[in-house]
Amino acid sequence: MAKLMVDARSVRKSYGSNEVLEGITLSVEQGEVLCIIGPSGSGKSTFLRCLNHLESINGGRIYVNDELMGYRQTGKVLHEMKPKEIARQRQAIGMVFQRFNLFPHMTALQNVIEAPIGVAGVSPEDAKKLGFELLAQVGLADKAEHYPAQLSGGQQQRVAIARALAMKPKLMLFDEPTSALDPELVGDVLDVMKGLAKAGMTMIVVTHEMGFAREVADKVVFIDKGQIVEMGTPKQVLDKPQEARTKAFLNKVL
Amino acid sequence: MATTDNTDYGDDVVAVPLRHPARWIFGGIASVLLLSFIWAVYSAKSIQHELVAKYIFDPRILQGMLVTIFVTVLCMAIAAILATLLAIMKLSANPLQRWLATGFIEFFRGTPLLLQIVFWGYLGIIFPQLVLGVPYTDIVWLSGDTSDLIPALVAGVIALSLNEAAYSAEIVRAGILAVDSGQVEAAKSLGMSGGQTMRRIVLPQAMRVIIPPMGNEFIGMLKNTSLLQVIAVAELYTAASTISSANLAQIELLVVSGFWYLAMTTVLGFPQRALERRYGRGFATVGGRAAPRAFKVGRS
Repeated sequence: MAKLMVDARSVRKSYGSNEVLEGITLSVEQGEVLCIIGPSGSGKSTFLRCLNHLESINGGRIYVNDELMGYRQTGKVLHEMKPKEIARQRQAIGMVFQRFNLFPHMTALQNVIEAPIGVAGVSPEDAKKLGFELLAQVGLADKAEHYPAQLSGGQQQRVAIARALAMKPKLMLFDEPTSALDPELVGDVLDVMKGLAKAGMTMIVVTHEMGFAREVADKVVFIDKGQIVEMGTPKQVLDKPQEARTKAFLNKVL
Repeated sequence: MATTDNTDYGDDVVAVPLRHPARWIFGGIASVLLLSFIWAVYSAKSIQHELVAKYIFDPRILQGMLVTIFVTVLCMAIAAILATLLAIMKLSANPLQRWLATGFIEFFRGTPLLLQIVFWGYLGIIFPQLVLGVPYTDIVWLSGDTSDLIPALVAGVIALSLNEAAYSAEIVRAGILAVDSGQVEAAKSLGMSGGQTMRRIVLPQAMRVIIPPMGNEFIGMLKNTSLLQVIAVAELYTAASTISSANLAQIELLVVSGFWYLAMTTVLGFPQRALERRYGRGFATVGGRAAPRAFKVGRS
C-alpha cells in the first residue's frame, strides 16, 4: 500500500452550536486524486480548510504527510502549536481558492515568487527562474508582468495554481476552483489540474465538475450535512450511487 | 416605427451637446463674489501692502517655515509608525494589546491638542527631574533637568506625534479592515507568518485606502504646528507673531504666514497623487493610472 498523504479521523467542526462537520473519516494516498462533491453548505469547503488548519477542528485528528496538523501530542495531551510551526506545516500544502485570492498589487510573476523568496528562502534569481517555469506550465509565460486585474478569471486561477505549486507542496487542495469562472474559461483550468494529476500530484478537489471527477478522480466522496454519505470510485459513486441522498443530488447537478 | 425605418445608421452619432445654462450663471455669480472679496482685501486701508511684500521673504519667516516643514515631516513620520502599531494592536487577538491601544487612542483623542502641547511644554514644572533607571536601585542610565532633556522643540514634536498617532491609528485600522480576508488566507496557505502577511500583503493594499485621509492629516498637522507658538517653538507662526509684536503689523504678518501655509499645503498635493498612483498599481486598468471614476454627481 502506498504511503498515506492525508489521514483524517472523525473530524468534527462546529461554529457555536452549529455542527458543520460531524465526524469525517477519510484518507488519501500519495499520488491519489480525491474529489469531494456535495450540496452547498454541506461542509465540504470547511473540511478542506481544516486540512491546512485555516480552521481549527473541535474533534478528531488530521494527519498530513504523517504530521498531526495544528497540534503536538505528548501522551494523551494535545498542545496548540505556535503560529510559526503551523506556518511551516502549511508550506507542504498548496491551496487554490474559489475566488483566486491573487495578490492584486503584485504581477503574476511576483505572486508566484513571493512565498519562495519570503518563506522558503530561495534566492530571487532562482525564484524567478522557477516562476517563469511554473507560469509556462500553466500556459501563461507571456503574462508574467501582468497584474491580476489585467487577466481573465481563468488566467488568474492558473496563476493561483502556479503560486501554490511554487512552494513545492506535497498536497494540493482545490476549493471549487472553477465555480467563479465563465463557462468557456473552465476548460483551461481543468486542463492544468489534469496535467498535475497525471504528473502524480496528490490532490483533494472540492468541485461541481462531475466530468472532471469522472475522468481524473481515483476516489469520489459525497458529503451532505457534515457527514460522508458515500465514498468510492467515480464509477461507484457517480454512476451507481447506492444512497438515496446521493441519487437525489446527482439528479439535480447532472 | 423601427421596422419600417430604412435608414442605414452606419454613421457616427452626431448630436447637439446638452447645454448647461445654470453652470454659466452660478459660475458668473461666484466669480463676481470672489473678485469683489479680493478687491476688498486689496483696497483695505488697514493693510499695508509694502509691509506684506517686505516680510514675505524675511529670513526669520523663511527660517520659521523650515522649522514648520521639519516638525511636520518628523511628526507625521513618527505618527505613521505609531499609528500602524496601534492599529495592529487594536486588531490583535491579544486582549492586553487591544486595551492598551484603545486606551491610548481614547486618551489622546479625548483631550484638546492645545492642552497636550502645553502639558509637554511645561513637563519640567510637573517633573523637574527626569531619571531613567531601575526603580529602587542605584542603577541610573540617564538623569537630568527635564527642561534640558526635553527642550520646547522636542516637547512640541512629542505632543503633535502622539496626538496624531491616535487619529491616524483609526485610519490605518480602516485601511487594514478594507483588505479582503481572502488575501490573508492565501498568504497563510503559502506558509507566510503573520508579520510577513501584514508587511507584504495587507499593508501595501491598505495603503490605497489610507493615503487619501492621511493626506488630510498631513495638511492638518502642517497647520497644527502653529499651535507650538504657545510653547515658543520657532516655527512659521511664531516667527510671524514675534515680528508683529515688535512692529504691530499684525494683519500684514497674518497675510504673510497665511500665504506660506497655503503655498505649502498646495504643494503637498503632488506627492500625495504620486503615492496614490504608486499604491494604485494593479487596481487600475493601465500602467497604474487611476481607473475612471464610476460615480459622478449630476450630469457631465
